[in-house]
Amino acid sequence: MMNAVVVRDLKRSYNKVEALKGISFDVAPGEIFGIIGPDGAGKTTLFRILTTLLLADSGTATVDGDDVVKGFRSIRKKVGYMPGRFSLYQDLSVEENLTIFASIFKTTIQENYHLIKDIYQQIEPFKTRRAGALSGGMKQKLALSCALIHKPVVLFLDEPTTGVDPVSRKEFWEMLAKLKQQGITILVSTPYMDEASLCDRIALIQDGAFLKIDTPQHIIEQYENTLWSVHSNEMSRLLKDLRSNDNISTCFAFGDTHHITIKPERSAENGGDFTHKKLEHFLKEKNHVEIEIKSITASIEDCFMELAG
Amino acid sequence: MKVIEARQLTKRFGNFTAVDNISFEVEKGEIFGFLGANGAGKTTAMRMLCGLSKPTEGYGKVAGFDIEKQSEQVKANIGYMSQKFALYEDLKVWENLRLYGGIYGVPKKEIDPRIDAALKQLGIEDEKNTMVKALPLGWKQKLAFSTAIFHEPKIVFLDEPTGGVDPAARRQFWELIYDAADRGITIFVTTHYMDEAEYCNRVSIMVDGRIEALDSPKNLRRAFKADNMDQIFHQLARKAKRGEN
Repeated sequence: MMNAVVVRDLKRSYNKVEALKGISFDVAPGEIFGIIGPDGAGKTTLFRILTTLLLADSGTATVDGDDVVKGFRSIRKKVGYMPGRFSLYQDLSVEENLTIFASIFKTTIQENYHLIKDIYQQIEPFKTRRAGALSGGMKQKLALSCALIHKPVVLFLDEPTTGVDPVSRKEFWEMLAKLKQQGITILVSTPYMDEASLCDRIALIQDGAFLKIDTPQHIIEQYENTLWSVHSNEMSRLLKDLRSNDNISTCFAFGDTHHITIKPERSAENGGDFTHKKLEHFLKEKNHVEIEIKSITASIEDCFMELAG
Repeated sequence: MKVIEARQLTKRFGNFTAVDNISFEVEKGEIFGFLGANGAGKTTAMRMLCGLSKPTEGYGKVAGFDIEKQSEQVKANIGYMSQKFALYEDLKVWENLRLYGGIYGVPKKEIDPRIDAALKQLGIEDEKNTMVKALPLGWKQKLAFSTAIFHEPKIVFLDEPTGGVDPAARRQFWELIYDAADRGITIFVTTHYMDEAEYCNRVSIMVDGRIEALDSPKNLRRAFKADNMDQIFHQLARKAKRGEN
């Protein structure tokens, strides 16, 4: 089966800044593919090239078999795009915005209502309200409805959950899972690493380059460092004390514990002698109490930090 | 010493009660997390505490001043930073700090030494003459924090300060927050990252305009029989009856 998106060595610069440094990947039909990384990593540039709104300097890309340059007309008819910045008509009502999008794509709200029903029903009570007067969450739902109304083959969502609270983010991802069941391929970018596990495959991106492309599970399995979580009664001081220990390579706060990586040559797995017991002894000498040390499995955030160096 | 005192603070817009009778106190040097779903009333509450919006009912004191009757003094004694950093992209790093120093009335002879101290703390002394627009996002974020506390306010309000930065920069930013709190600056912070709620001394969670929970993360975990703040947030925010409209 033909891949929904094929990207080969894509490069794009703005003056001297290399926004994309030659990235390549494929997205299979029906996949939820996540592009995960901080602001300024190149996510939006990539999305704009794939939606034919921006030309690459070099490299090639196809969407549903069409080249992004030669086949831009065809691509525009069959993709849905929800930009990071709210881009609907603020002075038109909710219903008018949706009607415009439907008529531009030569369809009607009725024809594809089944596709947007779950999402649109939540804002339908406000269908006469001006789009500009909607709250953030409702704008997001309207934008998604407009991006879906022509039953796109591939849906591009650029940071749809940025600035959204954890509960609403979870609901949004539940909506994406339902769209996947309808056979729509979804490319979604996000700065929230905890959303990685909701994608079939992810690409971790930083400074215009992919650090890794794989399933979230594989990326976690390929984590190389020895990773421990450490807790004590004084977390702020603990951070500094851990960093002062020669056996420890990195130390960062992770919620109610700190995550530390052990220098490879010092870790027991590589024949070194630095153990939980030794660390506990070190911390006791520095007057920490309620010490808890555990060997843990990496999260995607740990992986990102390892790969980003 | 109490840096924030809120007593039955309420804000209504027409017949909509955005903030519904909230009361709490924040101590000097405390890191206070202010959580809630979109539309729960966080921004409205924060605007009242910053002297930008008058309460419909209730009373509040921030940095020793009445938020209703002395709102100008409140503004002069607080710092504020939002995710949309208020930095001037076309000014150099030191010029941004100089500008904020001037606006907040830092004595002239103190401005230069404070600029040097701030840049040293951030580890960006070499970037003193760089245009802000040329800085990486993580550095801009730290610089925005430095401008917000340049006049050594009693309290700084941080409205989702860490959105969009990479995982390492997000954590380095929290270390700046710890340092400021150690120097006695009170931190009032909103965030959508639940791991960051764990870094706060105390956390409040707003639902439908009211504060539904307020305690240290440890006590909240115990009270809600939860493993982490994320679970507590979901338990509470799911109860919300009003949509965000």
